[in-house]
Amino acid sequence: MSQNNKKETSAVRKVLGFLGANSVPVMFILICAVCIPISGFSPAYLLNEIVTRMGRNVFLILSLLIPIMAGMGVNFGMTLGAMAGEIALIFVTDWQIWGIPGVVLAMIISIPLSIALGLLCGKILNMAKGREMVTSYIISYFINGVYQLVVLYMMGSIIPIKHSTIRLPRGYGIRNTVSLLSMRQSIDNLLAIRVAGVKIPVLTFLIIALMCLVIVWFRRTKLGQDMRAVGQDMEVARDAGINVERTRIISIVISTVLAGFGMIIYLQNMGNMPTYSAHSQIGMFCIAALLVGGASVDRASIGNVFLGVILFHLMFIVAPSAGGKITGDTMIGEYFRVFVSYGVITVALVMYETKKRRAKASLGEQLRAAQQEGE
Amino acid sequence: MNAPLLELKNIKKDFFGNQVLTDINLTLNEGEVLGLVGENGAGKSTLMKILFGMNVIRDTGGYGGDVLLNGQKVNFASPFDALAAGIGMVHQEFSLIPGFSATENILLNREPQKKSVVSEVFGQRLNTLDRSAMRKGASDAIEKMGVEIDGEMVINDMPVGHKQFTEIARELSKEQLKLLILDEPTAVLTEREAAALLDSIRGMSSRGIAVIFITHRLQEILNVCDKVVVMRDGEIVKDVAAQETNVTEITRWMVGRSVNAAAASHREPPESDTVMSIRRLWVDMPGETVRDVSLDVRRGEILGIGGLAGQGKLGIPNGVMGLYQAGGTVTFEGKEIPLNAPRKCLDSQLAFVSEDRRGVGLLLDESLEWNIAFPAMQIQDKFLKPLLGGLIKWRDEKAIADVTKRYIDELQIRCTSSRQKAKELSGGNQQKVCLAKAFALEPQFLFVSEPTRGIDVGAKALVLEALKKFNRESGVTIVMISSELEELRQICDRIAIVSGGRIAGILPATDSSEDFGALMVSQVV
Repeated sequence: MSQNNKKETSAVRKVLGFLGANSVPVMFILICAVCIPISGFSPAYLLNEIVTRMGRNVFLILSLLIPIMAGMGVNFGMTLGAMAGEIALIFVTDWQIWGIPGVVLAMIISIPLSIALGLLCGKILNMAKGREMVTSYIISYFINGVYQLVVLYMMGSIIPIKHSTIRLPRGYGIRNTVSLLSMRQSIDNLLAIRVAGVKIPVLTFLIIALMCLVIVWFRRTKLGQDMRAVGQDMEVARDAGINVERTRIISIVISTVLAGFGMIIYLQNMGNMPTYSAHSQIGMFCIAALLVGGASVDRASIGNVFLGVILFHLMFIVAPSAGGKITGDTMIGEYFRVFVSYGVITVALVMYETKKRRAKASLGEQLRAAQQEGE
Repeated sequence: MNAPLLELKNIKKDFFGNQVLTDINLTLNEGEVLGLVGENGAGKSTLMKILFGMNVIRDTGGYGGDVLLNGQKVNFASPFDALAAGIGMVHQEFSLIPGFSATENILLNREPQKKSVVSEVFGQRLNTLDRSAMRKGASDAIEKMGVEIDGEMVINDMPVGHKQFTEIARELSKEQLKLLILDEPTAVLTEREAAALLDSIRGMSSRGIAVIFITHRLQEILNVCDKVVVMRDGEIVKDVAAQETNVTEITRWMVGRSVNAAAASHREPPESDTVMSIRRLWVDMPGETVRDVSLDVRRGEILGIGGLAGQGKLGIPNGVMGLYQAGGTVTFEGKEIPLNAPRKCLDSQLAFVSEDRRGVGLLLDESLEWNIAFPAMQIQDKFLKPLLGGLIKWRDEKAIADVTKRYIDELQIRCTSSRQKAKELSGGNQQKVCLAKAFALEPQFLFVSEPTRGIDVGAKALVLEALKKFNRESGVTIVMISSELEELRQICDRIAIVSGGRIAGILPATDSSEDFGALMVSQVV
C-alpha cells in the first residue's frame, strides 16, 4: 500500500518536475489554447500564417544557437549581423539587382561586414566574460549609432547612392523605408507549393533544413567540441590547451554572419525594409522566441527554435484579435508583443539564476541527509 | 650507467623573501613510486608546481637549482612543456568538463579526427570527431589504469571517485607519459576505490611509469611506494626506503620539530562553565566540509582547532558565523544562535577574523581608520554622534582616529598614517588590522581563522601575543583555527583536531606532537 503511494508520489513529482523545467513553453501553450477560440480565426488561416512566419524567422533564431553552445548566453551580437544584412540590401537595391541574384549578392556583401562586426563584438565580449548578454545589448546600441551615421549621413554623400527612390529628398541619407519589391518573396515563391490552401515556401524551408543539418554537423566537429568545452568550463578548456578567446570570437562571428543571412531572408519575405528600426527589436524578439521554445541561457536546441517560433508567433496572431474582442482595443496586441518579450526574457533569466542557486543549496541538503542517516 | 628519470638538484624557492624550499635534492628512477608526505605548508605543492612548470612559479621570480630529466636540464615555460616532456599531474581539484562524458574528458583537446572536404578548405578545426576512435582510445586508457569506469557516463552523474579515475585515465592516455604526479588522489575516494587506485599505481610502475604520490594517508604510502620522502618547513628531512619505516616514525618526522620551542608559558586550563556549545553542526563550505561536529567551548579559554587542509577546520567558524550554509544548533550563553544569519551572530557579541583577509576581512580601498571602526559603527553604533536628537547619526571622526591610533601602537601596525589605505599594507600588517577590527567590537567571543597564514615570523609572534593578551586581559574566549600545530600549542589551552569533517579528539596543548599527528590522519577522507 505504502509502496504504491510512494510510486504515485514519485510519478506526480516527475510530472511536476517536467512542468517546472518547461514552465515557459507550457505557459505559452495555455495562453494560445485560451486565445485561439476567442480570436475566431480559422485553422487554415492560422496554419498559413505560421508557415509564412516560420520561413521568415527561423533562420535568424538559428543564428543564436552557436554562441549559446560556446557559453556566451543568449547574445545580442546577432543584431550586428542584422545591420550588416540591411546595409547589403540597401546596396543591392540601389544597384537594381532583382530577384534571387539580388538576394544572393546581398548575402555575399553582408559577409565581410558581419565578420568585421563579429570580430569587434567578440573582442569586447572576451573582456566581459559572464556578462555577455548585457554587454552585447549595449554594443548593439553603440553599433546602431554607427549604422545611423553611415546610413543617414554618409550614404549619398560619401558612399555613392544613385537612385533617388531610396535617397532622402535632401540628397543624402536613406529614406525611412526602402522598398524591396524587386526581390520580394523571391526565395519564398521559387518552388512554392500549395497544400490544402496553405502556401509552403519550399526553397526557404530547404535552406532552413540545410542550416539545421549544418548545425548538427558543426556540433560534431573539433571546433564544435571545443566550443562546448569552453561553454561549460573555460578554465578546464584552457588547461587542456584550447584557445578559449579565439574560440569564443569565432562563435560570435559565425552568429553575426548567420544573422546577416537571416535578416536578408526575413526582409525579402516582408518586401520592404524599415531602414532605422528593422534591427532595433529583432534581437529581442528572436531571443524571446527561443526562450519561449524552452531554451535557457546555457542550453538551446534546434527543437527549441521551432517550438519557440510556432508558439511565439501563434500568440501574436491570436492575441490582438482575442484582446480586441475582450477589451475592444486592437492596439493591445502590439503592446502585448513588447510586454511579453521583455517578460519572457526576464522570467528566463530569473529561472536560470534560481536553478543555479537551488543546485548550490542541494549540496547542504545532502550533508544534512547524510548526517540524519548516520543516526 | 643510465641517468635517473628525474633528478632535482638544490631546488630553492622563495616567495617575496619568504623561503619555502631550501636545497631540495631528489632522484627518481623509471617505474619507481615515491611517496611524498609532509604537513601543510611543508612545501610539497610548491615543489610539484616547479616540476610541472606552473605559471605561478615564474610570476613570483622563478626558482633556484636544476631539474634534470633523463640527465638533461629542463626549464619548463608552461605546463604544456611539462606535458610534452612526459610529466602528467592529477590535481586535487578536478579539471573536468561537467557536461562531457568520461571519454570526451579523457581525450579533451586530443580527440582523434576525420578530415573532410570542408576542413580541407576551412582548416583543421572543422575536422569531425572520430567517435569510434575516441571510444577506443579512452577504453585503452581505462584498461591501462585497471579500474572499471563507464566511458559514456557524463561527469555530472559520476560518483566523486570515478571523476578522479577519469582524470588519471586522461594522463595515462598520453603516449609520452613517463612521470605521473598524484596530488592527494585518494582524498575523495572510498576505501575500495582507494585500494583499486593503489593497484593501478602498481600497474603503472610495472609498465615503467614513475609515480610521485602525495597523500596524508600514511598507510597507503607504505603499501604502494618504493621510497618515502618526508618534507618539513621546506626541507627534505627524510628520504628512506618504504619497507624500512612505519607510520609512527613518519608521523614523528612530519610534525616533530625541536620540542622545546613549544609548550612555553602554559597555564592550567581554566576549569569553567561552557560558554558556547555546538551540536551536530554541518557546514557546506566547498573544500572544507564539516560533518556532524559537536564541541563545547569553555569560558575564558583559548581553544585551538587544528587539522590538515581540506578536513573541515575552516568550515566550523565560517558555518557558525553564517558565512556558509550550515545546519545544527549553536548555543551561546544559553541562547540559541540562528545559523546562516551573520548579523545575528555579530549582535550576540561574537566576532570573527576570517582567513580570507582580502575578501571578507578588509575594505581594501579604504583607510585604516575606516577598516577598524566600520564594523563597530555598523553593528554597535559606536563612534557615532547623534545629531538633531538622534535623527541623523554623524561619524565621530575624532573617536575613530583615536581608537585607530591606539591599535596602531598596541599592535605595532607599520603604516604611514592612520589614513593609509588597507591594500597598501603588507600581509602581516593587514592581519593586524583585521585583529584590531575585531578587538574594536569588544566581543565576548572571538573566532580567529588562520591568523598567521602567509605572514613573516616577526609578525606571527606579535599576532599570537596580541591574541593571548586580549584573552588574558579582557577575559574573551577565543577559538583559533590554524594549520600550524606548533603555533596552536604555543597559545592554546586545549586543541581540537578535525579530521574528515569531524572532531577526531581534543587534547591539552601540552600533549606530544606525535599524539596530535596521529589524530590528524585518523579519519582523513
